[in-house]
Amino acid sequence: MITLNHYLIVSGILFSLGLAGVISRRNILIIFMCLEMMLSAANLALVAFSRFNVTQGLPDYTAQALVFFTITVAAAEVAVGLAIIVALFRTKQSVEVEAVTKLHG
Amino acid sequence: MPPLLFYLFALITLGFGLNVVIARNPVTSALSLAVSFVGLAALFLSLDAYFIGTLQVLVYAGAVMVLFLFIIMLMDIKAEVLGGRANLSAMVAGVLVAAILAVQIATVSGRLSQSEATLQTAPLQLSEAAKSWEARGKQNLPTISRDLKAGNLPDAKLMGETLFSKYAFHLQMVGLLLLVGTVGVVALSKRDKEASPS
Repeated sequence: MITLNHYLIVSGILFSLGLAGVISRRNILIIFMCLEMMLSAANLALVAFSRFNVTQGLPDYTAQALVFFTITVAAAEVAVGLAIIVALFRTKQSVEVEAVTKLHG
Repeated sequence: MPPLLFYLFALITLGFGLNVVIARNPVTSALSLAVSFVGLAALFLSLDAYFIGTLQVLVYAGAVMVLFLFIIMLMDIKAEVLGGRANLSAMVAGVLVAAILAVQIATVSGRLSQSEATLQTAPLQLSEAAKSWEARGKQNLPTISRDLKAGNLPDAKLMGETLFSKYAFHLQMVGLLLLVGTVGVVALSKRDKEASPS
């Protein structure tokens, strides 16, 4: 049977995949996509906890409200982040992380 | 949801998620991410979170991925050259840290007190929920009680009730955040006419 553990492990693996991408990739756009993946993995864990914590016969809707806010903030974050990446691309003509070395001592 | 479907959608989510990380071409990554999000939405549906599942498809697989694809095509980014100067140490570090984190999460989640709960051992009790809804007096919304009595889970209605009563202030704050985000994006992407192109 599918237990809470199964959902948590899927969520954990998805989060780890995103983390691996953030650390190892050099393209800023792909790093950003991996960040979105990590946010979604956290959402999966929240929804799983919400469903398995049955309060008064219903899923715990507090957790799902948090997921709603997470999705909204993630959407705003994508908009602002992509605008920053476009501004960066205009000045550097590149989206590789190696191109951004202005703060390198 | 039958176990087979859970494994199918978990495989879709994780497989395409892996493709996001290893694909050379950013367009491939973006499309894989969209498929991965659809698989994740199916997992949300399997957890009786119909509203969140719909939102995942509309916002992530729809709006956010279109934005990503639009930016990728606007910048006309070429795929990384295969066998180019791959950053070997970063790759090893990424895989190692991620593997350690995955093992840690798996260990910790196995030790939770509820980790062996299934959807059958934690069932939704809709008739009991209907009774507690009816007992709420003034705050009782008849449409929710009606659905609960009929044995349906009014997921979107309950979600709306939670958002607009308990978290009404937070909802307005998030609306303000979106407004600030929109203004910020316009300010960031506006070309300064007097300033020299730096």
